[in-house]
Amino acid sequence: MDVMPKWAEVVLVPLISLVLAAILSALVILGIGEDPVAAVKLMVTGALGSTYGWGYTLYYATNFMFTGLCVSIAFHARLFNIGGEGQAMLGGLGVALACLYIPWPHWSLALIGATAMAALFGAAWAAIPAFLQAKRGSHIVITTIMFNFIAAAVLNYILVNMMRPKGSMDPATARFPDATKLPTLHDLLAPIGINFSKAAPANISLLVAVAACIFLWVLIWRTRLGYEIRAYGQSESAAKYAGISPVKITMIAMVISGALAGMMAINNVMGEAERLVLNATEGAGFIGIAVALMGRSHPFGVFLAAILFGFLYQGGAELALWTSIPRELIVVIQALVILFTGALDNMVRMPLEKIFLGIRNARAPKPAEPAE
Amino acid sequence: MTLMTKFLGAAAVTALTAGAALAEPALIFDLGGKFDKSFNEAAFSGAQRWAEETGETFREIELQSEAQREQALRRFAEAGSNPIVMTGFAFGDALGQVAGDYPETDFVIIGMVVDAPNVRSVVFNEHEGSYLVGIMAAMASKSNTVGFIGGMDIPLIRKFACGYAQGVLAANPDATIVANMTGTTPSAWNDPVKGSELTKAQISQGADVIYAAAGGTGVGVLQTAADEGILSIGVDSNQNYMHPGKVLTSMLKRVDNAVYQAMKDGPGMEKGFNVMGIANGGVGYAMDEFNKDIVSADMKAVVDEASAQIADGTLMVHDYMSDDTCPALSF
Repeated sequence: MDVMPKWAEVVLVPLISLVLAAILSALVILGIGEDPVAAVKLMVTGALGSTYGWGYTLYYATNFMFTGLCVSIAFHARLFNIGGEGQAMLGGLGVALACLYIPWPHWSLALIGATAMAALFGAAWAAIPAFLQAKRGSHIVITTIMFNFIAAAVLNYILVNMMRPKGSMDPATARFPDATKLPTLHDLLAPIGINFSKAAPANISLLVAVAACIFLWVLIWRTRLGYEIRAYGQSESAAKYAGISPVKITMIAMVISGALAGMMAINNVMGEAERLVLNATEGAGFIGIAVALMGRSHPFGVFLAAILFGFLYQGGAELALWTSIPRELIVVIQALVILFTGALDNMVRMPLEKIFLGIRNARAPKPAEPAE
Repeated sequence: MTLMTKFLGAAAVTALTAGAALAEPALIFDLGGKFDKSFNEAAFSGAQRWAEETGETFREIELQSEAQREQALRRFAEAGSNPIVMTGFAFGDALGQVAGDYPETDFVIIGMVVDAPNVRSVVFNEHEGSYLVGIMAAMASKSNTVGFIGGMDIPLIRKFACGYAQGVLAANPDATIVANMTGTTPSAWNDPVKGSELTKAQISQGADVIYAAAGGTGVGVLQTAADEGILSIGVDSNQNYMHPGKVLTSMLKRVDNAVYQAMKDGPGMEKGFNVMGIANGGVGYAMDEFNKDIVSADMKAVVDEASAQIADGTLMVHDYMSDDTCPALSF
């Protein structure tokens, strides 16, 4: 029996965490002599006040949706996949290979092909730690985080020594051909009469991310496999007794997880940069952990949390552009939100649970008075 | 609905304040950050010098993510900033996309070439400056072993290493060069602890002069070299002052001059391709009161001779990036 009603669990806890983070952030901004109200206004207008702002917010949110889902599905199997970063990097490599070396006739085919490659590369990168966990008991947290470093090194080697165009200094691939250019929200919304900003990078992969959210919801709560994953996550021994193979579930959950992280690359590599640069993921893999925690590993929660973090990123960029708040303090503000919503969850949850318990006890009929 | 009006009102206010700052120059720092004691900081000091001399102000932003490159360029251009100066080769691609959309705005990119009618590209011959400090390193070394610590393993840093190695071998053909890169990710630009460890490792291999071309990582290299009693060589900015008498010299890359000049020229400046080498004072080595006692007259004479030869073209230092090979060092 849950102590709190559902609405308190999903709405009240994150909301109070956010307010706490906002108060602390305001103190930080006050401390360096800036006006917190103006700063918040600037963040809100910059991130949500125009289609341009929305374009960037949704672009970042798309990244975080993929990585948030990646962490979520692994969470359901009680696997802590910290390797989203590396898996997304490898996904980027898959996208780059697909876009550069296959002559696609149309973007829609390129999108399908690149998505498949991204998922394949990401899944393969997650499969190795998964195998080590399932067969050898090497702890997945350690192996996935190590694989992030290996991925960075592999990508660096490939970009510097193999895929960098001759004469270019930037460790990046050549630009993808025009046929692989994904339609942006501007292109998508123009036919229905919405004039979305042209400059913003949000693109059709947002829809892919939303589709992935729905797919994951169906998978987790409406299929036998999802049931097995959840059962394994709740209790490994019970799952084993019920005939569920731990090796199979570990592998499948991690492969799906890696594939989702890899698919992030269609947004940042194919949709935005249109070439593979070093460090294309920029920590989105790690933000995904916070997104999954805040979204309670539920696809819809992940969707909302991703938009919140997209807002923080874009709002933070606007702060950096138009105020003298230094970059480091903007990171502090973003980190405070992550800290409160992700790591300090219980700080809000426990007192709230006590309050709700108190209310319920006060309302509950006295057990000493049997009815008639 | 009232909330929406509030947002819109606030948006209008921001737009107005942004408009008030019209025609200010803007400076965009690369991901390394403004105070890296090296490349970006040099750019900042150039802009600072311009601001102090003219009493005007400039806009600036330190990037946090790759996606912000294009975003910052467009935002500044749309807000009317002119010229827009950016540090770092990584802007090349983004600027190539953006420059055409804002023909009225002048862009200056430092460390990369972008071919557009409204762009001034400033590049430095880092291999020439590194060659000079390589000569000094070889002459100052007693163990005949010198070290090089690079930041991230990219062609640009190999260009530094290659020029340095050529200088070392020119002064002492028997010298051994120990070269290490700090890492393969951008964090290698800002990892003084690892810089310190690499310095100790190179000392154990006999190196007694170490050249750090590693951004913020170099701070750790210089510190450890000073602690262990060997010499070090700074990079980009003049870093001699950081450990007086322990830093042999610094390879100067006058990013500050390039930024200062760009802001001084202002809108309507001369565009095109701008190579800053030894010949026009774009690169060089640092002499000041902190290192005058450790640089012998003999050393200075040899370096100045080489410098003159490079300037008039009689001495060619091989540029690693011209063909991705280095005759003096293998990576």
